[in-house]
Amino acid sequence: MNSEACDSCPAHQQMAKMGVDIANCDHVVALAGNPNTGKSSVFNALTGLRQHVGNWTGKTVTRAEGAFGYGGKRYKLVDLPGTYSLLSASQDEEISRNFLLFGQPDCTVVVVDATALERNLNLVLQVLEITDRAVICVNLMDEAERKGMDVDVRSLSRDLGVPAVPTVARNKQGLGDLVASVAAVVSGETTTSPLRVEPPAQVREAINGLVPLIEDMAPGLPSARWVALRLLDGDHKVREALLSGEIAALADQQQRPAPRHNSGVRAIAGAQ
Amino acid sequence: MTSAPATPQAVLDRSDHLRRQLGGSFRDEMVASLYEKAGEIAVRSVREHGSGKWDFDQRIDRIVTSRWLGLPVMLLLLGAVFWFTILGANIPSQMLANALFAVEAAAARWFESMGSPWWLTGFVWHGVFRGLAWVVSVMLPPMAIFFPVFTILEDLGYLPRVAFNLDWLFRKAGAHGKQALTMAMGFGCNAAGVTSTRIIDSPRERLLAILTNNFVPCNGRFPTLIMLAVIFVAAAFPPAVAALAAAGAVVAVVLLGVGFTLGVSWVLSRSLLSGEASAFTLEMPPYRRPSILRILYTSLIDRTIFVLGRAMLTAAPAGALIWILANVQAGEASLAERLIALLEPLGVAIGLDGVILLAYVIAIPANEIVVPTMLMCYLGGSMMMDITTYEQIREVLVDQHGWTLLTAVNLMLFSLLHNPCATTILTIWKETRSARWTALGALMPLGLAFLICLATAQAVGLLL
Repeated sequence: MNSEACDSCPAHQQMAKMGVDIANCDHVVALAGNPNTGKSSVFNALTGLRQHVGNWTGKTVTRAEGAFGYGGKRYKLVDLPGTYSLLSASQDEEISRNFLLFGQPDCTVVVVDATALERNLNLVLQVLEITDRAVICVNLMDEAERKGMDVDVRSLSRDLGVPAVPTVARNKQGLGDLVASVAAVVSGETTTSPLRVEPPAQVREAINGLVPLIEDMAPGLPSARWVALRLLDGDHKVREALLSGEIAALADQQQRPAPRHNSGVRAIAGAQ
Repeated sequence: MTSAPATPQAVLDRSDHLRRQLGGSFRDEMVASLYEKAGEIAVRSVREHGSGKWDFDQRIDRIVTSRWLGLPVMLLLLGAVFWFTILGANIPSQMLANALFAVEAAAARWFESMGSPWWLTGFVWHGVFRGLAWVVSVMLPPMAIFFPVFTILEDLGYLPRVAFNLDWLFRKAGAHGKQALTMAMGFGCNAAGVTSTRIIDSPRERLLAILTNNFVPCNGRFPTLIMLAVIFVAAAFPPAVAALAAAGAVVAVVLLGVGFTLGVSWVLSRSLLSGEASAFTLEMPPYRRPSILRILYTSLIDRTIFVLGRAMLTAAPAGALIWILANVQAGEASLAERLIALLEPLGVAIGLDGVILLAYVIAIPANEIVVPTMLMCYLGGSMMMDITTYEQIREVLVDQHGWTLLTAVNLMLFSLLHNPCATTILTIWKETRSARWTALGALMPLGLAFLICLATAQAVGLLL
């Protein structure tokens, strides 16, 4: 991939690693992904920090935070625990889930393993249920190549409705593109239309029965459909947040310039 | 819809109503539709053309995770790591000790020549500094070898294979297979091991993993085990195989620790924490070429310096405390002598002695300083500076303080089983938020350590 070209690339020149200096950030970016996809490598490469990187599942069980600068803006990067899904009751999944919902990141980078795309996409689809603003970081491209796999990142991006960037985080390849994509999504320059998986008919009816009520309670809530899904699943944290008014408060936070969305699959979710 | 906005309660009521209609298979259906979509997209964007790398990984996996070879390969690797550590650490340890104790002697002389009072010289150089010197010389060389080697295994992707090999054992004990991973983490540091149990979903199995994490010796306890293995086990063998024998003894202690982990999990999962073991998927990551710079950074800066720093932080006050205890007179004897006399009967009953128990009490903040504390207590009054080789340590322990093989074996057992250090106890409390479980996590290993040591001491007493 790119090497010398990087130095002259405007994306590279605008990047600054800011380590743990997370004060006064303009935007919050969450870093999600399956375990062992190189999430910590991406985190370290962007922030210049040195979180321990390990080749095994479940190394990052807490949230790490760092910062980087790009195009004159400061970004706080939050490294979430690596998880296979956002549906189970384990603490690491709950940390990720709650941060994506209540932390309201301006963009979520989902790091996926290019050699095991199918398994990794399960998490991507679940993240896209919660947030519209996401960028897929297709990492470990070098390993995919060694294993004789061609990953068509453009087709992936088209299918998912959000930008997808090929990277080799360990060698710092593709990270300039990644940051540029994140910045474009945050600023609204890139419009996303995330794929929402069509649920089974019965579930769809239940969601359609619940979403209008939630939106009536909290107008403008971006993840009403997902909140409905969690309630139908009996998620205690979301039930509590609903009763305590935390969910309604999330809707009020949406005063900032709303990102534009294409309608598409979002029809199920109702009005934005 | 009503004109007033819906209340949260109304939303909840509606969702509960709909939820009952959906029935239990709702989650499964959702997951199934997600998987189907993920499969569709993946097929569209990935094109494969055959290559050798994939087969190579699988061929290695066929050996290291095989039914028959998996466990022996694991033990061999573990033994090799310890052997390497023991072989490599001996000489640098001596050199460090020589250098640091020379500094102590010179500095103390300089203090005296400047006219400093005896208690100031003693407190600073024979107390605080000596404590630090012991910790650095006993711990730094083994850690500087053990951590990089262990990190290489970790970086290669071997740890998940360990979990895979041990899964069936943990399931039989009623525990979660991922407990093998949290256990492996505990080898580095039990506090880190306890935090890493967050990867276990079920609260029951997570508690099992938290309560038993202490039974694998953390790296603060490895120097104790390694020293004892070298002094008492290796000495009984010809020099050619001495290091090998010592490594074998450490592996045996580690296996015993794993045995206790499984045994205690088994008992707990049939009593206090009864329930079924849950299934889980474990991903075998591809083998990756470890990056040397990163390994050095992680193992030396993140681990060695961190652990050593913590040990030095506790060793300095511990050294000061021992010096005060040894030099403050209460009647005929010093405070230290009185405390040691007080603990002596209990210590002897379990095959140890009063000094060892006192060292463990002083070392509650960090296990790393048990051996230095012990040596400082033994050498307390006397101004012996030249205890730098393992051979000399052996002379002090065996010839001057009556240690036997039983003392060494029981000290290894005690070190393996006794209560977790203060940091780990605090971490258990943070993770469980329960005084009850924290107390159990601290007292159960301590009780077990006393019981087992009592049993071996009495058994040996009966036989002799």
